[in-house]
Amino acid sequence: MFERRLYYHIDWALVAAMFALCGLGVAMIYSTTSDPTRAASHLWGTQLYAIGLGVIAMLVTLSIDYRAFTDKSHLIYIALIAVLLYVMFFGMVQMGARRWIPLKLFNLQPSEFAKIGVALVLAKFYGENRGAPQWTDLAIGGALTLLPLALIAKEPDLGTAVVLLPVFVAIAYLAGMRLRVLGIVFLALVLAAPVAWTFVLRPYQKSRISTFLDPSQDAKGAGYQQIQARITVGSGGLTGKGFRKGTQGQLRFLPVAHNDFIFSVLAEEQGFAGVLVALGLYLFVILRALEAARLAKDRLGSYLVIGVLASFTFQVIYNITMSAGLAPVKGLTLPLMSYGGSSMIATLAGFGLVLNVRMRRFTN
Amino acid sequence: MAVEDRRKTTSRVTLVQVVVAVAFAVLAIGFWVLQVLQHQQYNEMAENNHQRTIALRAPRGLVFDRDGRVLVENRHSYSIYIVREHTKDLTGTIQALAQVLGLDEGSVRAIVDRHRREPTYRPITIVPDASLAQVAAVVARRLDLPDVFVERVPTRRYPETMGAHLFGYVGEVSDTQVADSGDTLKSGDITGQSGIEKIYNAYLMGEDGARRVVVNSVGREIRTLEEVQPTEGKRLQLTIDIDVQKSIEDAFDAVGLNGAAVVLDPSDGAVLGFTSRPAYDPNAFAAGIDHPTWAALTTDKDRPLNDRVIQGRYSPGSTFKMAVALAGLEEGVITPDFHVNCPGHANFYGRDFKCWRLSRGGHGSIDLHRAIVESCDVYFYTVAKMVEVDRINKWATALGMGVLSGIDLPNEVQGLVPSTEWKRAKLHEKWYAGETISVGIGQGQVSTTPISMAVYMATLANGGTRVTPHLLKAVDDGSGWKAIPKPAPQGHTDIDPEKLEVIRNGMWGVVNEPHGTGDNARIPGHDVAGKTGTAQVISNQGKAAAGKTEKDLRDNGWFVFFAPKDGAQIAGVVFLEHGVHGGNAAMVVHHILDTFFAKKDGKPLPPKPTIVPNLNPSMG
Repeated sequence: MFERRLYYHIDWALVAAMFALCGLGVAMIYSTTSDPTRAASHLWGTQLYAIGLGVIAMLVTLSIDYRAFTDKSHLIYIALIAVLLYVMFFGMVQMGARRWIPLKLFNLQPSEFAKIGVALVLAKFYGENRGAPQWTDLAIGGALTLLPLALIAKEPDLGTAVVLLPVFVAIAYLAGMRLRVLGIVFLALVLAAPVAWTFVLRPYQKSRISTFLDPSQDAKGAGYQQIQARITVGSGGLTGKGFRKGTQGQLRFLPVAHNDFIFSVLAEEQGFAGVLVALGLYLFVILRALEAARLAKDRLGSYLVIGVLASFTFQVIYNITMSAGLAPVKGLTLPLMSYGGSSMIATLAGFGLVLNVRMRRFTN
Repeated sequence: MAVEDRRKTTSRVTLVQVVVAVAFAVLAIGFWVLQVLQHQQYNEMAENNHQRTIALRAPRGLVFDRDGRVLVENRHSYSIYIVREHTKDLTGTIQALAQVLGLDEGSVRAIVDRHRREPTYRPITIVPDASLAQVAAVVARRLDLPDVFVERVPTRRYPETMGAHLFGYVGEVSDTQVADSGDTLKSGDITGQSGIEKIYNAYLMGEDGARRVVVNSVGREIRTLEEVQPTEGKRLQLTIDIDVQKSIEDAFDAVGLNGAAVVLDPSDGAVLGFTSRPAYDPNAFAAGIDHPTWAALTTDKDRPLNDRVIQGRYSPGSTFKMAVALAGLEEGVITPDFHVNCPGHANFYGRDFKCWRLSRGGHGSIDLHRAIVESCDVYFYTVAKMVEVDRINKWATALGMGVLSGIDLPNEVQGLVPSTEWKRAKLHEKWYAGETISVGIGQGQVSTTPISMAVYMATLANGGTRVTPHLLKAVDDGSGWKAIPKPAPQGHTDIDPEKLEVIRNGMWGVVNEPHGTGDNARIPGHDVAGKTGTAQVISNQGKAAAGKTEKDLRDNGWFVFFAPKDGAQIAGVVFLEHGVHGGNAAMVVHHILDTFFAKKDGKPLPPKPTIVPNLNPSMG
């Protein structure tokens, strides 16, 4: 299945940048959690283990022709919905949400894999259609996105659910959806906001948004994390406080430092210099991977690449903004760097597909 | 079509790439603003986050007596307090703490509520002087009580309950004290609030140290950054003699009456002993007094917080007679030979004035010496009438009465010896000659503080120098004891030694001659000179109207003294509130002098006395 000559077409620069980010993540996880007096001191090891599993997943998604995946994407999609339904009823509850399936080695979070599933099914759907998508195409694509989105939002995990939207929008956009339509969708969202505020959002979500607008109104509660994030980043300065010397992260003023706020830890300990390096690596990964969409042999490949990258890019930009206290706090991890097995495996698997498309640009 | 399609895809990918690049540029700018432009501000916030400055309380200086024995020392106490700065659930903290300490939740909440308006970083003391069991309980549950802290505080200890008003007490500074102190006091400091603790606070208060520590997000100390050790306050040596002080306390305990006593060295005013009763326990204030105790002290009708030695004003009664006699002698109005016939009462300006010996037919014909010894009232009515109030005022003032003594204690009150000018200035009335008669026996408008009576005795004993009573002998600022210069006398009046000798002999007779009223104070081998005084709290008519059994109406008893008669080494006063007559005060003085001279002579000190006061009001 894996032809030797394809090996020479693997985008090693992209791979190197990705693993540089993974390494940065492990270092920051080590920095914040390796205190031997704490129970969580082994987390960096777990993360290395997750990266190993991710590499295996990536090898799988890389080796099999992406067209084989898209051909079976309807089955993958159905399996995904089934798993999400399973989670809904039998999933493990942690921190008030039912998101996980407990496995022997780690707790699997199926919602992380929904991004790939939706990217595959939408790439297939729009790849088979010729010409710009019509209203019906958009409606079907939207429905395919909204079904898992609703299931995930119900867990509740609004952050991960919302990440599916960029997947749909990006693929539809690349498929030729008129920008005007995008404008209409955007307008509709703005108009729907007050309705959502009244009927959809839960109180804690509302408080997060209102706290974001004025963190000081609740400096001990919801605004606490945001203020602390800003202090963490701001106090890092130009060159940072040094590895394992960040007071905010080390002394746990910053909540879930190894997870959602890993970038704040980087900013505190490595300063603006470290931030520029990390931002540069992420930008390189995204732009370089987007090249695969341009180079892809077929539209299917382009759509798949942009679908995978849409959720990744959205999550990276949102998390980094949030880690500087400039966006409402949402349980969104920073792909490649944050601690978390499911996220790491799903992200690397997704990039396997991106490499896959680029690698097979000359094959028939 | 396919080619066209690809071109469109390519341009759209390019657009996405541009958008992403712009977004990253915006992010980079955002981090630039936070990390470089606003770095200073956030860095300070981060430091405030994780650094705490913990005050290390300086122990106050120790206080010693004139022989270097400890009067006031320090002990360690533990206080348990809450800091609200990082509290997320104050109610939960209060509940948990109350449960751990076995306290009523409501009372803990009340303490917190009382300090609600203060800044959140300021600790709220919940238990000021916690028991070891309480400290252990809190430390054991520290993880559940992240906002609760235990601090070791050096706390004042007054080893023996004596001289409460002399030493005074300490307490947390009030906001006004902080404002008035310039920069020397800060909120939360423990400072002297009365007595020696207050007046010599600048010596006694040490300099607090500080420890800067790194704390984590739940307030737990991680490590120490810097530690500045506290500097102990300066040590003071007082003029007080612990043996004399104890003898006063023991005698008061024995007699069981309220009052005041002060004894001093008549040559320079060094105070040897100082007591006001009822007293309080200064230890109760040391770690912060609790509300019920404070309320009990302030509402007690016996006013235990009142320092009677320097703040009580009482009619001096017959103890005033030596001032009248000296005025008569010095102004040339009488000679020692001057005789008055005392039938037990006499009429002045159409009003009858009684002598205390009326029931036994008066003193008969009596000279100055016998008039002092037997305390004849009619004699001094007569002399007062002849000398007139202004000359009495002149000599009483010269001897130390009606003026401030200048003792180094806060809030001394001035007594009053009336004069025509005083009455005109204060009451806008003319002085009536009839008012002078009562002044002759220390009644009427005359009121004196016990400390001024001690000065009065010292002035008679040393021949006219109005010494300034003082308590501070030496200060040790860490480089050894340095003597404090004695305060200059308040004044000196030349008194004819022969006339003074008449007064002194009279006072010796009071103690040592038959019919003397002060024989209770007699110490064989030591020529004690003294004078009893029985001062009405209420006029005889008023007393009759109110009924004689009412305790508050019983007369006050005085005994003023110096000893030995020539070359006196000790002078002083004992005042017994409702002590009925001066003879009871003389019993207290006896134990004081007995102790003083036993020590001087190198003999064993007398045991605690048993004093049975004669509270029968018929005696004078």
